[in-house]
Amino acid sequence: MNAVKDVKVKNKSKSPGGSKNPIVRSFDKWKAWIYLLPAIILLLIFTVWPIINTLRMSMLVNYNPMKAVGGATFKFGFENFTKVVSYPKFKQVLGTTMLLCVTTVPISTMLALIISVCLNAIKPFKRFLQTIFFLPYVTNSIAIGMVFAAMFNIVGSFLGSSNEAIQSAGIINNMLGFFTGNKDFYINWINAGSSYTSNIIVMIIYIVWNALPFKILILLGGLQSVNKQYYEAAKVDGTSRVRTFWRITVPMLSPMIAYVVITGFIGGFKEYSSIVGIFGDSMGPAGDAGRLNTMVGFIYDAIDSNAGRASAAALILFGIILIVTLINLWVSKKRVHY
Amino acid sequence: MAKKNTDLIMHDKDIRAVKGKARIGEIAAKTLIYIFLTVMAVIVLFPFYWMIISSLKSLEEYRLTVPTFWPKTFHFDNYANAFSTANLATLFKNTVIVGVISTILSLVITVLSAFAFARLEFKGKNVLFAGLLATMMIPGELFTITNYATVSQLGWKSTYTVLIVPFLVSVFYIYLLRQNFLQVPNELYLAAKVDGTKDLKYLWKVMIPLSLPTLISITILKMMGAWNSYIWPRLVANDLAHRLITNGLRNAFQDTSGNTDYPVQMAAVAIVSFPLFLVFLFLRKYIMKGVSRSGIKG
Repeated sequence: MNAVKDVKVKNKSKSPGGSKNPIVRSFDKWKAWIYLLPAIILLLIFTVWPIINTLRMSMLVNYNPMKAVGGATFKFGFENFTKVVSYPKFKQVLGTTMLLCVTTVPISTMLALIISVCLNAIKPFKRFLQTIFFLPYVTNSIAIGMVFAAMFNIVGSFLGSSNEAIQSAGIINNMLGFFTGNKDFYINWINAGSSYTSNIIVMIIYIVWNALPFKILILLGGLQSVNKQYYEAAKVDGTSRVRTFWRITVPMLSPMIAYVVITGFIGGFKEYSSIVGIFGDSMGPAGDAGRLNTMVGFIYDAIDSNAGRASAAALILFGIILIVTLINLWVSKKRVHY
Repeated sequence: MAKKNTDLIMHDKDIRAVKGKARIGEIAAKTLIYIFLTVMAVIVLFPFYWMIISSLKSLEEYRLTVPTFWPKTFHFDNYANAFSTANLATLFKNTVIVGVISTILSLVITVLSAFAFARLEFKGKNVLFAGLLATMMIPGELFTITNYATVSQLGWKSTYTVLIVPFLVSVFYIYLLRQNFLQVPNELYLAAKVDGTKDLKYLWKVMIPLSLPTLISITILKMMGAWNSYIWPRLVANDLAHRLITNGLRNAFQDTSGNTDYPVQMAAVAIVSFPLFLVFLFLRKYIMKGVSRSGIKG
């Protein structure tokens, strides 16, 4: 096959008429670059230069681009990295980010897996339910975050002091009150004086709600391509549903599961706008701004004042994402079947 | 002989009993599955429901100690109120301008680049393409720091340009379209060449119609991106004249204490969410197709 092709090419190159090959003529060599020109110019300015510049800025202590234009010089060294790592705020944002990651990724993956398996097992209303479960994807995470905030919010002039009259404890608290049978029951979820734990619970609920549609889409797509014969064989053998799930469904789906877990972790480490949606720019309940700040928020906070430190933090974030992805790939290589 | 017959009959009964049991189990399992899915669907839909009914309540009704699940009186004026409070008209205009221009320019750039990578031969093509794909691994925050400095120095802050230009090239879209272009048989291209058809004409008449579904997916995702973008617009164009919808929405309702006028806020949120639902309703297929291949939100 290759030999035939070679002969053909040789024949063409020998043929008279100037063009060696109908595709590659002297002008054509330039033509590709003309087509690519707009993309390449923009990529050089907004993608390639930032990569180089971020590395450079991270090595210049307390670098500030505006001061640099004014003629200031900056010391070269690793101080940005050591400063960032030793900063108590950094440990706090790293802790919050990791906490949200290790809770939301397993919960949403497990839930999406169960929902997908259930969806795959039914026929009537399947498309309808599938559409409903995809709906949260086509929303604005800030806008719907505001809806969640309204649902968890205590209405009235609740500022955290105990003698204040609460007008409405919010729909979630009302429901909890209804189910626990205690009408006066309420938890201060996100208002002033709320605890870190309750803030995190609200964030986990919102992030999981937001993460489900994509995971269901991928997992259901994978399920539909699993060969039905495996299930029929299991049925003939009288295998229980639970066993079928763990021994057939999960192994057959393992590549898709690995995919949603990896993208879930990458997205989780970049969590930011869902928190802005619920808590606003202050990234925390009233009176405790920045309490729920994340890695990305930390980078943006430093972007104006100290680009050097922001660059160092961004590179650390990149490093963490890379390591987590590699670990995930390593684990899935051992676990993913076929 | 007779004994054998009864044996057979017994066997038959057994099978029927087992089958019946299996059917009952099947029905029970199906019922449980439907109950579970319905409960989950209600949970998923509840925020949307709550948004819509809250947006139609009066403030007094919203603040009732025991919330109502259906508005007593419908207050459509909340919507008019939201429109003026959040300056939604200006925000809509800005977002549409930025969304449309960036989508058109982005499509042109993506088509040209994908064509070059899929059909033309040039030195270093594979290296360049691999390099582009490698940049997809880097988190966007890493670019933002330098891009912020770059646009500040160019004097682009608080313009439409700053919202459009830095994100025109998407390596992922180039990749997506290139894969699509590669599926078009090369013979078509060579035949067109023999006929003396110009590349651009071939691109327009053959390649683009053949990969229309992918182009529609890209258009929708790009428009949704403009609609949902928050971080970059807030950073570089936070003035009223250029503010985009998401940023403007969050800005208009910053008060997170309990005194906010929630019905009006929910009306504003609903206005911002409706266009997305409409797009989803009519173009679901393209969105799901694009999303399942990208794994990126917006």
